[in-house]
Amino acid sequence: MSVNYGSKRTVVGAHYGLRDWLVQRGTAVIMTLFTIALLAQVIFSRGAIGYDLWAGIFAAQWMKGLTFATVIALAWHVWVGMRNVWMDYVPAVLLRLVLQVLTLAWLFACTAWAFQVLWRM
Amino acid sequence: MTELAKKRPEFRNINLLKDVPTYRMPAAAVVSILHRISGIIMFVLLPFIVWMLDRSLTSEISFDAFTAVFRAGAGFVPGWFFKLMVLALIWAYLHHFIAGLRHLWMDLSHSSVNKEFGRKSAVTVLVISVALALVLGAKLFGLY
Repeated sequence: MSVNYGSKRTVVGAHYGLRDWLVQRGTAVIMTLFTIALLAQVIFSRGAIGYDLWAGIFAAQWMKGLTFATVIALAWHVWVGMRNVWMDYVPAVLLRLVLQVLTLAWLFACTAWAFQVLWRM
Repeated sequence: MTELAKKRPEFRNINLLKDVPTYRMPAAAVVSILHRISGIIMFVLLPFIVWMLDRSLTSEISFDAFTAVFRAGAGFVPGWFFKLMVLALIWAYLHHFIAGLRHLWMDLSHSSVNKEFGRKSAVTVLVISVALALVLGAKLFGLY
């Protein structure tokens, strides 16, 4: 870690600095708003949750917007978190790189799918 | 340096199965490792989560087929088993969420970062996340 530039640069390391740390917090705040909005409507409902109530929660335009923002925030948050996990447990550079790329593919695929669901409504 | 100081035990190449289970972890350490484990569980199950969002929102027909799995089961697997699996996922989310709020609070408040607050808030995280999971579990199993 003494030399971390030129040919010794860790290409699968963190972006040293404040950005990822701040991203993790910012995205967490967005997801917190979503979680509170969803929990409040589910916990204080009466009886079994039917389609009307469930779809109704996501039908409001503000909830659609919040859900959309949450999907993006979640993907970014998970990227930072999973990259930290790989950095902690996988020291081999090539394997770590492969896992990081797979993580990105996994997250892109899930995000696109969630967008499809939201746009279909 | 006294002789005694030189003979302090060294821990190198800590074995996950032999050494780690002997640790007596304080509540904050339990919260910390559960934060990581719950995060990894949700990352692995992310397609399942989006699939549930898809089936439950797409149409009334898909919603009915989806909820039928939790009522009547699928194949030889009974419905309550799916409910328990989802409840585990709900707990993972709630724990990660509330432990995250604790992180945010400690970022914002310097005065709260001390040994006593660390222990108290960690216990609070564990209690609230389990309590909320129980409330949602009651909803899931149709108790209210």
